[in-house]
Amino acid sequence: MSERSITYVQAFTEAVKLEMDADPDVFIAGEDVGAHGGVFHTFDGVQKDFGERRAVDTPISEQAIIGLGIGAAVTGLRPIVDLMFMDFVLVAADQIANQAAKLKYMFGGDAKVPLTITTCGGAGLSAAAQHSQSLEALFCHIPGIKVICPSTPYDVKGLMSSAVRDDNPTLFVLHKRMLGQRGVVPEERYQVPLGVAKVSRPGNDVTIVSWGKLAADSLVAAELLAADGIDAEVIDLRTLSPLDIDTVVESVRKTNRVVVAHEAVRFGGFGAEVAAQIQELAFDYLDAPVGRIGAPYSPIPFTPALESKYVPDPAAIAVGVRDALARPLLGI
Amino acid sequence: MDLSREQLLAMHRSMVRIRLFEEAAGTLMEQGKMPGFLHLYVGQEAVAVGVCEALRIDDYITSTHRGHGHLVAKGGDLSRMMAELMGKATGYCGGKGGSMHINDLSLGMLGANGIVGAGVPIAVGAGFRNKYRGSDQVAVAFFGDASTNIGAFHEAANMACALHLPVVFICEHNRYGEYTPTDRAMVIADVVDRAAGYGMPGVIVDGMDVVAVHEATVQAVDRARRGEGPSLVEAKTYRFYNHHGIQNLGLKYRPDDEVLAWKARDPIFTFEDRSVEAGTLTKDEMEANWADVRADIERAIAFADESPFPTEDQLLAGVFSESVSGAAS
Repeated sequence: MSERSITYVQAFTEAVKLEMDADPDVFIAGEDVGAHGGVFHTFDGVQKDFGERRAVDTPISEQAIIGLGIGAAVTGLRPIVDLMFMDFVLVAADQIANQAAKLKYMFGGDAKVPLTITTCGGAGLSAAAQHSQSLEALFCHIPGIKVICPSTPYDVKGLMSSAVRDDNPTLFVLHKRMLGQRGVVPEERYQVPLGVAKVSRPGNDVTIVSWGKLAADSLVAAELLAADGIDAEVIDLRTLSPLDIDTVVESVRKTNRVVVAHEAVRFGGFGAEVAAQIQELAFDYLDAPVGRIGAPYSPIPFTPALESKYVPDPAAIAVGVRDALARPLLGI
Repeated sequence: MDLSREQLLAMHRSMVRIRLFEEAAGTLMEQGKMPGFLHLYVGQEAVAVGVCEALRIDDYITSTHRGHGHLVAKGGDLSRMMAELMGKATGYCGGKGGSMHINDLSLGMLGANGIVGAGVPIAVGAGFRNKYRGSDQVAVAFFGDASTNIGAFHEAANMACALHLPVVFICEHNRYGEYTPTDRAMVIADVVDRAAGYGMPGVIVDGMDVVAVHEATVQAVDRARRGEGPSLVEAKTYRFYNHHGIQNLGLKYRPDDEVLAWKARDPIFTFEDRSVEAGTLTKDEMEANWADVRADIERAIAFADESPFPTEDQLLAGVFSESVSGAAS
């Protein structure tokens, strides 16, 4: 059986097309998603296959794009609305956080808002401070919206299918630097469940918890560490909210040391939540403080000379892991 | 346009329902029997009723933080409304939304909203749905004059026009954004001037005259149903009580003579006078409306009083839908 390899962004587009094919209520709307197929080619060919009715170019109006999605979702459609760059979620923050996420609860539980918001986050393209951010923690803090940050083409396709079929608002975050990454992806429609983490590399000495591009970088870091005889287990959370902390805790009970690595600013990042839950649920198993890798506390610089120092990379993850392992056990 | 006697009587009744519901709610709040905020619709009844009388049950509306009147006019159940305002389990939102999130999806009422202007983009989404489905349903966005100073309104108005959606924009110009006079918040006197900027027709109507509001809305709604795109109707109106509650903490921000002048144009009493004068409705049948609605309000209060508060197990219920509609294939 031949295994087909496609890119991360092709896997995304394929999921969108399969969901639109399966359900006439699914449509896409956003800036440049129609005729142009999205500035990141995320919706390449969708309008060609499904027409202008179902692949809708909108004005550059982020609040109204999300509002369009909410109004359509609560009245029975299953919209996919796109915000291009993740930084733009802040322009639409009220519609996402105060409206979409809360509507079901505020309405007493009867409403359904099957809205998928897609966007591309992450640094590394010299896109500077307003086109490079990883803002997932903001939305994990808002009850009522699910947050998904895939790291492989296989997961992109399966998680996107799940996001569209989910009856809740979801924020689906692609990473700009991963769009061209290739991986094995089945041609058929399949789903990867939301809220289920994946052990992407088993190991015994230390656990690295990550998501998005840093989940891939953590695998590279694990190979660097393996060269020194360190056997790291890598967990790709895939979905941050709901969080699969059980898979993390199970790993920590085995390895007793853990580092959480993300591309977002470390201060107030989602890694802080993961670290706090680990110490609540596995304190007695920890041989060292929970390590955290993240970006420094500053806006993202433009010049490659500085951006390359800003964004955590596999080497930085490896350093963090060595720090966690260097901590001696206190004799009792 | 000729409204039938039955329609006129129903519109009168609907305005009375709003008036008495709001006054009862305001009194209960000031007696300490109702928690939270209460933005009363009294004075603006002709707008909600004139508009909703032009709509079908399957048309959608989005509302504002001053939203009780819109739900009543769309056919809302007074008992479930009163129970919601009291935070009871039998309320429209199971007690979890309150005044500012009251809604009835089965009536196409997509919610009051605590954020100024935020319902307008959602109405555009409902309008998009109607066009997408090839339906002749319309979506109506209610909003105040102050909402037209917020970005969401402009984005939504422009998008509805750009995508040519069946949306009707109803501006209730009540002259104040919270406590700030509108003439200090914008330099144009008429919100309708903004319609041209999006390329949609706009009309000003006397918001104290339910028949005038209805006529203007019928034209806008018909236009939307015919697939000819959005319109804006600006209803000049006034809130008789304060931004919040009846006494509003004794805040004094409106001249007495202004308040009295608008109260002299009370949308219900002037409608009654005109109807008697024209011989369309009798004093007796309108009195009967008041009496019937008073009894309805008493029942609504009793229902709300007797209803239980939600139990603690409801605290975390309804954050997410458990369902995943995986069946489509």
